[in-house]
This record gives sequence, structure tokens and C-alpha cells, in this order.
Amino acid sequence: MERIPVLRMGPVLLVSIQVDMHDQIALTLQDDLTNAITTHGAKGVLIDISSLTVVDSFMGRMLANIAGIARVLDAATVVVGMQPAVAITLVELGLSLSGVHTALNIEKGMALLRAAVTDHAAPGYAMDDADSTV
Amino acid sequence: MLEPTTSRLTTVLDRHHHELLAQWTTEQLRVFRRGQISESDLRAQCAELLQVLRRALGAGGAIDLESEEWASARDLLTRLSAARAQQGFAPAETATFVLSLKRPLFEALRQTSTDADTLAADIWTATEVLDRLALHTTDAYMRAREELITLQQQDMLELSTPVVKLWDGVLALPMIGTLDSSRTQVVMETLLQRIVDTGSEVAILDITGVPTVDTLTAQHLLKTVTAARLMGAECIISGIRPQIAQTIVHLGVELGDVVTKATLADAFKLALSRLGLGVGRIRAGATPAPVAPALGVE
Repeated sequence: MERIPVLRMGPVLLVSIQVDMHDQIALTLQDDLTNAITTHGAKGVLIDISSLTVVDSFMGRMLANIAGIARVLDAATVVVGMQPAVAITLVELGLSLSGVHTALNIEKGMALLRAAVTDHAAPGYAMDDADSTV
Repeated sequence: MLEPTTSRLTTVLDRHHHELLAQWTTEQLRVFRRGQISESDLRAQCAELLQVLRRALGAGGAIDLESEEWASARDLLTRLSAARAQQGFAPAETATFVLSLKRPLFEALRQTSTDADTLAADIWTATEVLDRLALHTTDAYMRAREELITLQQQDMLELSTPVVKLWDGVLALPMIGTLDSSRTQVVMETLLQRIVDTGSEVAILDITGVPTVDTLTAQHLLKTVTAARLMGAECIISGIRPQIAQTIVHLGVELGDVVTKATLADAFKLALSRLGLGVGRIRAGATPAPVAPALGVE
């Protein structure tokens, strides 16, 4: 079965959607990502949708859901590289993804996540660093 | 019955060609304003139409403008009407071109005919042909006018939505004119595409040139702002005039967390500060430098 890989980069999980999303893939991604956040204790999730050209209301809701789940698990979500057509469709569908951070490209998205991670998880990371140096 | 009538018509057209042409042209020159069309042009057009009319009638068959025999007559009239629409003729003036043939033609028919019944039949057939041609002319004229209007609308739509780059990462969209759904769609698409192309993080929507803001306009603006936010760019709305600010509040339009500024300058300043840039005065006595170095990363 087709699966979208969830990659780990330090405290951040990276998801790049490069296939046509259908409902089952989206649901699998949601499961995989939720598991990955808890297993790795990720502080941020970056979803790259620059190759996504078609979006429906289900897909829009999945993005909002993933962001909601990540927030509950104390991780910030950034959606990057949304195409104009996709943005217009989502707005017309009335989905503004209000809980989701957005950025123009991966570089800017990573900068945003890095800022969010250091802002909110500074004590935890200090402890992590201490652990690793010992 | 129809067959002999058309053949009689063709005979009249052949025999009285020159007088018909002369009378028809004079008839029209009386109607048209001076200088609208030159006499030689008009004469050439009339001659051409008489020729295709003769050919179509000569081909025999029923008088059906949709048929193959009448194709050249249709094309000629479509072309002439389109040209007249471009030149700014009135619809009535365009229809007159065909209808004014009636008087000379009836006169010619009267001269050749001896029998009242045949004359009546001939006149009826001629009227039918000319009326249909005139209707076709009006149709073609209207179509040409509508195409012209659509074309101009498109031009205006494209002209009125320029996206300008104010600085690296800052776009501005000065909007002029009423914002309706189709315009907002174009505005949104051009803005979002430019955001992708330039990788800009801040876009300023300047509505100084928008005469009125109602709930619908506000909704369109908010949609644009939300779409830009989804792509990772921030929008600032600027150029809100005092009356418009009052209208927005009176209407109870909820602008949400959209940043609004009174002037484009304020919005630009905010955009620069979002990018970590600022504008400063060059020190007195220092050599005048180009503007760019004055803007530095803070």
C-alpha cells in the first residue's frame, strides 16, 4: 500500500506529500504521524505540500486535524509551499486552517519551527543537552 | 410560385443594376452624418451586396438565410456590421444600410411589372429577403458590440490589478475601482501567483482607490488575506479612508486579526519591520549615498 514517509530531523518531523492524496493515504498519514510524534517526542511537524495541486474538503480537514493532534501532543505544525490554486480552493471551502502555521517554502518553515521549538521547549532541550553531554 | 418571383427579382437586379446602386447610395447618404463614411466606400459596399444578393437569388431555391447559397451574403453582412460596430455607428444606422434598398428596389419592380398581383408577390418576396438580411445585420452588429465590450472588460480587469514589488519580500497591490467577485478572483490569483514567484512574505493590499466597501467587498478582501496566509505570506490592508473606516464599523464587518493601516507608507514601514529592516536618515555631512544602504538589517 502507498505510504507517505515521515522523516525525522532532530526535534522536527518532516512530511513531504508528493503523490495524489486520496482518503486512505491521508488517514494512514495521520496515524503514522501521530505515532511518530509520540515515539520521537517531536516538537515540530513540517508538512510540505508544494507538489499537491488538487485538494478537497476532506484533505483540508485532514490538515487541520493533523495540526490539532500535533498541538495536543505539544508539537507545532507548519504547512509549507501551498500552491495558489490550493489556497483559493481551501478558502472557498471555508477552511482557513486557523491553528496551522504556514510558510512559503521549507527553508522559511524550518526557521519558523526552530523559533517555535526554542521558544516553547527551551527547558526540556536544555535538559536533553545536559543528558547528552554527561 | 416562389421560383418565378425570385427569377423576376434577379432580372430586375440585372437590368436596373446601375440605377439601383445610384439611388440606394443617395438614399443612405441622406441618412448618414457627414464624414461618417466616404461615398466611394459606401458605393463599393452596396455594389458588393447587390452582387452577392443577385448570386444568392440566382441560385434559386427557397429564401433561407441559413442555407449554403446565402453564406456569402451572410458573411458580407457580418463583416460590414462588425466594421460599423467598431466605427461607432448606431444600430439603426447599420440596419438602414440594408433597409434603404427597399425603396429603389420597389420602384424598379413597379416599373417592370404590369400586373398588380405579380407586383404584390414580388414586393412581398423582396421585403422578406431584405427584412431577413436586416435582422441578420442587426444580430451581427449586436454580437460585434458585445465582443467589443467583453474584450474591453477583460482589458480593464487586467489593467486594474497590477502587483508591484516594493522591496525584496514585500509586494503591494494597489486596487482601483469597485471590487466585485470576478475582479477579486483575478486579484487573488495574480497576487498569490506573484507571492510564489517572488517568495514574498508580506503583501500590502492598498484599497485607496476602492470607492465603497460593503460586507461583500470586505468578505472578498478577507478571503484574499486568508488565502495568502495559507500560503505563508502575511497581508496588510492599507489605504482605509475615514469614511470607509466608519462604514466598516457601522456594518459590523469583522476583519478578524487582519492588520490594517491608514496609509500605504505605514503599511510599508510595518512590512519592513516584519522583515527585520528599517529606514533611517543618512547622517548629516556624510556623502550622499543611494537609498539602498540606508536600509540595513537591524
